[in-house]
Amino acid sequence: MNELPLLSALVAVPLIGAIIVASMRREQANAAKWTALGFAGAVALITVAVAAGFDYGADAEWLQLTETYTWIEAWDLNLSWGVDGIALLLVALTAGLTPIAMLAAWRDLDAVQRSVPTFFALVLALEAAMLATFLASNVLLFYFFFEAMLVPMYFLIGSYGSGPRRQYAAVKFFLYSLLGGLLMLVAVIGLWVNNGGVFDWQTLVASEPMEAGTLQNWLFLGFFVAFAIKAPFFPFHTWLPDAGGAAPAAIAALLVGVMDKIGTFAILRYCLPLFPDATRTFAPWVIGMSVIGVIYAALVAIGQTDLKRLVAYTSIAHFGFIGVGIFAFTSSSATGAILYMFNHGLATGLLFIVVGMLALRRGSSSIGDYGGAAKTLPLLAGVFLFAGLASLSLPGTAPFVSEFLVLLGTFSANEPVAVVATLGIILAAAYVLWMYQRTMQGTRNPALDEVPAMKRDLTIREKALVAPLVIAILGFGFYPQPLIDAVTPAVDNTLQFVQDEPAEVPAAGDANE
Amino acid sequence: MSEMHIDWAGLSPMIIVFAAAFVGLLFEAVVPKTKRLPVQVALAIAALAAAFIAVAANAGKSATAFSTGETDIGSVVLDGPGLFLQGTIAILALIAVLLLAEQRTTKGGDFVNEAAVVADSAADVAQRREPGATEIFPLALFAVGGMMMFVVSGDLLTMFVALEMLSLPLYLLCGLAKRRRLISQEAALKYFLLGAFASAFFVYGMAMLYGFAGTIDLNGINQAGISSGEPRILLYIGVGMLAVALLFKAAAVPFHMWTPDVYTGAPTPVTALMAGCVKVAAFGGLLRVFNVGLESSAWDWHMILTVIAIATMIGGAFFAVTQRNIKRLLAYSSIANAGYLLIGVIALGDAVGQTMFYLAAYGFTVIAAFAVVSLVRDGDNEATDLSRWAGLGKNSPGTAVIFTILMLALAGIPFTSGFTAKFGLFSAGVEAGEVGLVVVGVISSAILAFPYLRVVVLLWLNEPAPDAPTVNLPSPMAGTVVAAGVAATILLGVAPGFLLDIASQASTYMAN
Repeated sequence: MNELPLLSALVAVPLIGAIIVASMRREQANAAKWTALGFAGAVALITVAVAAGFDYGADAEWLQLTETYTWIEAWDLNLSWGVDGIALLLVALTAGLTPIAMLAAWRDLDAVQRSVPTFFALVLALEAAMLATFLASNVLLFYFFFEAMLVPMYFLIGSYGSGPRRQYAAVKFFLYSLLGGLLMLVAVIGLWVNNGGVFDWQTLVASEPMEAGTLQNWLFLGFFVAFAIKAPFFPFHTWLPDAGGAAPAAIAALLVGVMDKIGTFAILRYCLPLFPDATRTFAPWVIGMSVIGVIYAALVAIGQTDLKRLVAYTSIAHFGFIGVGIFAFTSSSATGAILYMFNHGLATGLLFIVVGMLALRRGSSSIGDYGGAAKTLPLLAGVFLFAGLASLSLPGTAPFVSEFLVLLGTFSANEPVAVVATLGIILAAAYVLWMYQRTMQGTRNPALDEVPAMKRDLTIREKALVAPLVIAILGFGFYPQPLIDAVTPAVDNTLQFVQDEPAEVPAAGDANE
Repeated sequence: MSEMHIDWAGLSPMIIVFAAAFVGLLFEAVVPKTKRLPVQVALAIAALAAAFIAVAANAGKSATAFSTGETDIGSVVLDGPGLFLQGTIAILALIAVLLLAEQRTTKGGDFVNEAAVVADSAADVAQRREPGATEIFPLALFAVGGMMMFVVSGDLLTMFVALEMLSLPLYLLCGLAKRRRLISQEAALKYFLLGAFASAFFVYGMAMLYGFAGTIDLNGINQAGISSGEPRILLYIGVGMLAVALLFKAAAVPFHMWTPDVYTGAPTPVTALMAGCVKVAAFGGLLRVFNVGLESSAWDWHMILTVIAIATMIGGAFFAVTQRNIKRLLAYSSIANAGYLLIGVIALGDAVGQTMFYLAAYGFTVIAAFAVVSLVRDGDNEATDLSRWAGLGKNSPGTAVIFTILMLALAGIPFTSGFTAKFGLFSAGVEAGEVGLVVVGVISSAILAFPYLRVVVLLWLNEPAPDAPTVNLPSPMAGTVVAAGVAATILLGVAPGFLLDIASQASTYMAN
């Protein structure tokens, strides 16, 4: 089974699907939807095969199911794919969330004069690029897809988004990410020149680590800023509320649920092993930024008047937790951070999708346009509450496990940080519950009765698409062990670069002058 | 006394192009007017194709074209970079000539019949319906021949002759637009005056360098940079003046003032020829002068060229942001790209191959971009004002897709030649230690992405005006140009390996 080029297929299948769907005519909207869903389903099936073929043992190779095909020899650019436990989780998240997002957007385009095949082709292209970044084991190859994925997302926000500011949001998103990406390009080139022309990740990790010093610090910053923008970490976050607010809800779910994880994934995959000394040097700063992000974003979220922007701000707070978890460098905090990436994708993805269902019915995502909506939409309100509670990490839901692990691990390494970050949980309860109260409970907004769609509770399609997410959130909330087992070897492999070396040997003649 | 040995095969590409130009002039006299266009087009295409094949046949050569016995006479040097750039010029010119020949967009083509007729007079209005002059093809061939000579010139005098050879026909071509003739004539005059000024700088700089080195041979000047006892101030003034002339042609800040006006005023096919081929020739000259002639005095010019490169990258990008006219936007983008290419010049040696690759990649993209510009029409005129392009994606999705790909390539998005070219050039820059320049380069790229993106926004995200411009369904000519340009842009982005190999093999100048 390992002989099958599964990882290549994971990238190639959605890409081929994108081309096929893009070549369909506007009138074939239904055929395009089903074809796209078919390809996304195929990707999910291949992911199951990958997960089945993956060796979860502690002694397994770091990267598994590797494949390598020569592309541009002069630049050591090969189509090298490989997957570790962390990537596996995120691949599964991508492969699972994409078809759900497609289903969520199924009817979004009925009312507008936009090409349906193009929309679904862009989603498939985005999926291919996102999967490729998780699977790439070549720095330049990663960079290719890291940059290229901006193009489909740009069109999805700008062309299919809502609100008067969607063009502004799309351009801001693109330029912000491009600037980060281009600075990273300098660091990529610097890394390449410094190590004598190697881009292969496995070779880089196996070879002698870089000399600590100014160069490593600059290279780290080049990579880190790009990833921090992508994630986004405070203070690089300002594009996300705009992009998340303007994107169609299903796309926002993919944007925040999967695409932003590429930033935190890449920090683990590239920054820690390649620039370990610089990572340690900058860790206090990153933790500081992350903690500020947790508190600041939560406070701003409380003040939001638009549901989509509110959810986007909650994500920034959650990414603060992930940042703390990664840079605390303890095994449980890092494991928690990775689980957080996965669970946050489920919870926030669900939250965005539910908000999208509401907004499609009401024609607005402004909180002021709701009030007492639960009376006519009991089921939708229930799912909304569930998604909100999951997002505030209620025990029993999957995000609780990850948040607990992060705080536990951080507490053992850095008590004050853990204490301050815990405040974020309280604030999370505030913004989630107040959001629910203002939209669903209380006096009914009379304007709602004039909108007939507000009386239509979840349809079968909508039930079918939220069900897997609800089940996953509950399931992994009660039994997270498989996830923990999957990522533990990869976490240990990654952290060995940055954890304190056993009894540091003082280098001979290295006086502290 | 030994006999002069001449490498005829090595000279053949230039001989073919110049001979075809003369034959073209002859055709103007003997072929009846109605048949001239197909004959001239066929001649130009055949000549450029033959020239390319002749260049390819010379591949691997590293010798001077003229020699007596054991001594080389360095006026024409056929080495790797020279041949690579000659081939690039021939291919790009071949594409651009197709655009010159386009007749379908406006009746009779983009060129005026009698340029001497007073603009907008009754006679001028009357001749708008007539087919344009066919002298443009021999003129273009002369210019292309000059460019091919420019990149293989081994001494300053040959280089100067080539410079004039390539410039004079271009001045003329700029003034031949059938529509908006006053702007076109203004462009021609501006280009001519400033170009003549730059030529004077070249001659003066050459004289100074002769005074310093006692020779105009580039290798000799390089030797003199180490050993000459003459006052070094002569070298400084000479290098400075020579650089002014060359940077003028390359459109570097602060010698770029002519670029937006000339790019806008000239008939779009001529603009394409300038942006594609002249750029290659100008940087071919710069690379050769600085790598071969001034390498030994690198410390003397490094600082000033660095400042110019930074000014060009930042200035071009900033001015591009404010443009409201697509041709001016592309003009400023070409200025910024000149800045990136200057990194390759400053980096010397190892960067030559990557710089040449960039030139080839950029040439294809920019020619295709101007070809698209020539296709988007408001009635008889080109719709160059950006606001007129709004919603093009609705009315002409095919054209909009193509232009989007070109814009993304210019912005340097992966999987287009824009990315591979930038990656190669910037990595050569970092390898040469020019990290600061490369950082400025990427910041400039990020700024420049904004205007490109604004065009994409206009194409796709805005509603078209009710009287939106039409896209003339491409005739075989312009269609081929666009197709070739886009195909090269994607091919060099996805599989650049073969051209990178050729460029790196061809990146060593003939040592003396």
